[in-house]
Amino acid sequence: MSDTYLGMPSFPEAARESTKDTRLRANLTHATHTIRDKRAKAVAELDDWARLREAGKRIKDETLRHLDEHLIRLEQQVVAAGGTVHWAADAAEANRIVADLVKAIGGADPDKREVVKVKSMATQEIGLNEALEAEGIAAYETDLAELIVQLGDDRPSHILVPAIHRNRGEVREIFAEKMGEWGRPAPENLTDRPADLAEAARLHLREKFLRAKVGVSGANFMVAETGTLVVVESEGNGRMCLTLPETLISVVGIEKVVPTWRDLEVFLQLLPRSSTAERMNPYTSTWTGTTDGDGPKEFHLVLLDNGRTATLADEVGRQALRCIRCSACLNVCPVYERAGGHAYGSVYPGPIGAILTPQLRGTASAVDASLPFASTLCGACYEVCPVAIDIPEVLVHLREQVAEEGVGHRAERAAIGAATWLLDHPAALGAAERVAAKTRKLHPKRLPVGPAKAWTDSRDLPEFPAEPFRDWWKKNRR
Amino acid sequence: MTAPTTSARDRILARIRAAVADAPEPPPVLRDYRDSHHPADPARLLDLLAENLADYRALVHRCTEAELPALIGRILAERGSHTLLVPDGVPEPWLTDARVDLVRDDPPLAPDRLDAVDSVLTGCALAIAETGTIVLDAGPGQGRRALTLVPDHHLCVIRAADQVVASVPHAMPRLDPARPQTWISGPSATSDIELDRVEGVHGPRTLEVVLVE
Repeated sequence: MSDTYLGMPSFPEAARESTKDTRLRANLTHATHTIRDKRAKAVAELDDWARLREAGKRIKDETLRHLDEHLIRLEQQVVAAGGTVHWAADAAEANRIVADLVKAIGGADPDKREVVKVKSMATQEIGLNEALEAEGIAAYETDLAELIVQLGDDRPSHILVPAIHRNRGEVREIFAEKMGEWGRPAPENLTDRPADLAEAARLHLREKFLRAKVGVSGANFMVAETGTLVVVESEGNGRMCLTLPETLISVVGIEKVVPTWRDLEVFLQLLPRSSTAERMNPYTSTWTGTTDGDGPKEFHLVLLDNGRTATLADEVGRQALRCIRCSACLNVCPVYERAGGHAYGSVYPGPIGAILTPQLRGTASAVDASLPFASTLCGACYEVCPVAIDIPEVLVHLREQVAEEGVGHRAERAAIGAATWLLDHPAALGAAERVAAKTRKLHPKRLPVGPAKAWTDSRDLPEFPAEPFRDWWKKNRR
Repeated sequence: MTAPTTSARDRILARIRAAVADAPEPPPVLRDYRDSHHPADPARLLDLLAENLADYRALVHRCTEAELPALIGRILAERGSHTLLVPDGVPEPWLTDARVDLVRDDPPLAPDRLDAVDSVLTGCALAIAETGTIVLDAGPGQGRRALTLVPDHHLCVIRAADQVVASVPHAMPRLDPARPQTWISGPSATSDIELDRVEGVHGPRTLEVVLVE
């Protein structure tokens, strides 16, 4: 992944700082609660949601099981429709391919060495903007939130709303100060009304769209059977980048393929309602290769691995590759809501990031090894996931891996060992439960000493019930 | 053509095959979800389409075939449009009451010319009632994608008789993936600042729809 994220502090260290930021927490609480309520309503409109979710899950599982065949089919269809397909095993290869294409198109003219970009997680993941900059190519982000992040020399903190950590006042300041350095300056007397800020972005980006020679995008879906790519968006910046430039380069993770055109009927119902809580997002673009007289004359598809095949090899962890990047799991996560996206040290924050990042990058660094622990395992993320990724299951699985690699907590391993023995010996467990129930008045709220003391620094120990459940069951069942 | 990164291609495909070699065959895909969430009553679907379009801030008009030219003329006059972009295949009778300069995309107009046009008038491939969506597929009367993107006002005519479907599953088989498509559900919008919805960013800031019954 991007060098930007190398040397990041571990999640607990980063969260210790970010949770003290009261403005960040207020912004996040407002935003995540707004969107989660809207989402619940949008989902409730469809009484077959559970069946759509199961279909989405199964389509993705079937795709992943035969990913090689679907990618080969996709390649054939894209090529047949006039596109060119490139394969990139890692970030460096993908960045090299894109930079070489842009240079070949722009020639020696430095003015032509620029691209307009549609918001794309894959290009953030590989650090494309930084790689292009190092080659003298300017990459302009055109999504409003990405523009805020880019002008503010900042990092995104949410998959869908990357500038969710900024409020309107901060956005106004960034636009007023920085737009002039990148192109058309913000209007004089810019207010902090979202409508005025959006208008400033429209004017700033318009000249870039109209002159752009190269557009760079990702894709939400790629249809193997037809070679069709799909981009789902709201603002119209995507349509601008996909339609006006002469050349379009799309960098897409290999797991974004779906087998058939018909499969889109499932995902185009699941994604907008989960993501922006809409029946349908304002704009969806689909294209198959190139079309004479309509849109780009040249189309390049860069298929990106960058850790995805390693993830696919893990029988528990591979379900993370079903993800359609809706970000519903971020919006319901109590840990994300308090820590914010930056603490995750990755372009993929929140619950999905906590299982995706350590699999894509490995767990060698402090931040990556800490991510599987950045959760209370409350399960809200699994509940809302439109493709039923059991995030808690993968978190626990990754915790085991981290522990086996020796990075884990010795006390936790000892406790799990003791619990395993107790659960294997029902008589001993029953006795222990009864003793614990009888002595409940004596239990402390906090642990005074020992390795688990830190755990109770910020929470009370749960109270023991007056009677073990199994004793209650013996008396009351009938 | 395929670019000369075949070694990356071979490596990725080999890694995929190794990764799933021992994976069990997943359960078959079930399509037991609904193919529509509303009864197939054409009048009800039309109302639903109008409601959902309006809910996402499209301006919705309804009229008969005979009333259409006058309505188009009135919409353009009320907006104060002076120039109207007309793609190939828009029926000439639609334009009889339009007191505007007509602009044709022949030869194809550069982006800055499109930017100078006040309004664009198109038909559509179909419309989806449940989601309030219009689908354009660059067919007759729709033009290439840029025509409905750069101008600030898009006026779109939907024929109720044969262009309205209930749901996304009903739309898919009627659409040809080989054609470039734009699905439009309300005007351009963003919720990027504090999740406050703002209509009108880069695409047409006003979407006006006429349902012809």
